[in-house]
Amino acid sequence: MADTEDGSKPKKIVFVTVGTTCFDALVRAVDTQAVKEELFRRGYTHLLIQMGRGSYVPWKSGGGDESIAVDHFTFSSSIADHLRSASLVISHAGSGSIFETLRLGKPLIVVVNEDLMDNHQSELAEELAERKHLYCARPQTIDQTIANMNLESLIPYTAGDATPVAKIINRFLGFPDD
Amino acid sequence: MQLNKVSEEIIHFILLRIQFQSLGVFFFQSRFGFDRAMAFIVAMGIIIVGIAAIFIRVVYVVHRTGKPLKPRGKASRPFSTLIVLGSGGHTAEMLNVLQVLQKDRFSPRVYIAAATDNMSLQKARLLESSLAKEAGEKVVKASQFLQIYRSREVGQSYLTSVWTTLVAIAHALWIMIRIRPEVILCNGPGTCIPLCIIAFLFKVVGIRWSFVFYVESIARVQRLSLSGFILYKLHIADQFFVQWPQLQRKYPRAHYVGCLM
Repeated sequence: MADTEDGSKPKKIVFVTVGTTCFDALVRAVDTQAVKEELFRRGYTHLLIQMGRGSYVPWKSGGGDESIAVDHFTFSSSIADHLRSASLVISHAGSGSIFETLRLGKPLIVVVNEDLMDNHQSELAEELAERKHLYCARPQTIDQTIANMNLESLIPYTAGDATPVAKIINRFLGFPDD
Repeated sequence: MQLNKVSEEIIHFILLRIQFQSLGVFFFQSRFGFDRAMAFIVAMGIIIVGIAAIFIRVVYVVHRTGKPLKPRGKASRPFSTLIVLGSGGHTAEMLNVLQVLQKDRFSPRVYIAAATDNMSLQKARLLESSLAKEAGEKVVKASQFLQIYRSREVGQSYLTSVWTTLVAIAHALWIMIRIRPEVILCNGPGTCIPLCIIAFLFKVVGIRWSFVFYVESIARVQRLSLSGFILYKLHIADQFFVQWPQLQRKYPRAHYVGCLM
């Protein structure tokens, strides 16, 4: 990629989102030196963290030539814009965040919250990881996932549609097919 | 047929009870006299016949649920439809289904969301107003947007949730009596359960026959959600949809329809 006008490296943003949940383990994990260094090594320049209802506040830093810049906020109505401007998304396992990111065609690492009681959310992330639409990680394995990931090998997700459902409902109720 | 077998069993059961009762008659006659014994028998008989009637009706409703309607003409009457929005990803999936459903066949539409969920109805309103614009001058039947109390919020204590559950059931009953939908579209989570059970009771009592369609969330890959499990196992859902082939293999009555998102 070409350098920007002022000669600095092009902006490559990593966007971390926890949605409306409280997922301190994820925020804490991306705020570790290991993860930040790994991201910087892979050419990312900015780390933007949406921390939701969590109480752990990551360290803000300006970044520069040696390290990644870190910024954070709690909630925003323009999550879609942040997703669009990101080069990599690290998300909680909520289906809303997952599919919004996939539909924008952004590389995605889903981090499963192991503290949740009824942890059915990992099912979806693991299934989509098996189909190579995204990477699935735990808070303690994010750095390895980033180090080993090969974004070229990810398969773009084609959005599904609900016409089969509508068809079956219509047929059941006796309506003719169009 | 299964139904005949069941009713046969019930008749056997009743005959057996009558024999027992005649034994009881001798007992009562000797102690309380003939009138009282007769009154007892009549009362017991009414109770047993009542219970048997309700039982037969429940069996019939379960039996009929899931059976498709006969083909109708193109210009047939629309179904009044209740759409239960479950918040977050659930709402997004449901609105995807609504996008492709023929609106003139499912009308008028009533949307219901949990009282604590302020986003879902907003999104439904957006969809409805864009539909109204598309329809142009054609008169669009007004859609309704309702909120319902949830029986239990995340993290609420069990002691207070007994009271809130009662309130939620009463509220659901009040709403269902008012709208009496013919079609119910739902995809979890728990908000839809009281509504679907009330719809089932309406079918048993004969207030309104309705059709329940349930789409399991895309997040469920290996196991059904509790709501899905209840509606599947109790035969409350007429048609049951899953979005992953693994689930269809475990629940053969379900339709595999691929991802909705």
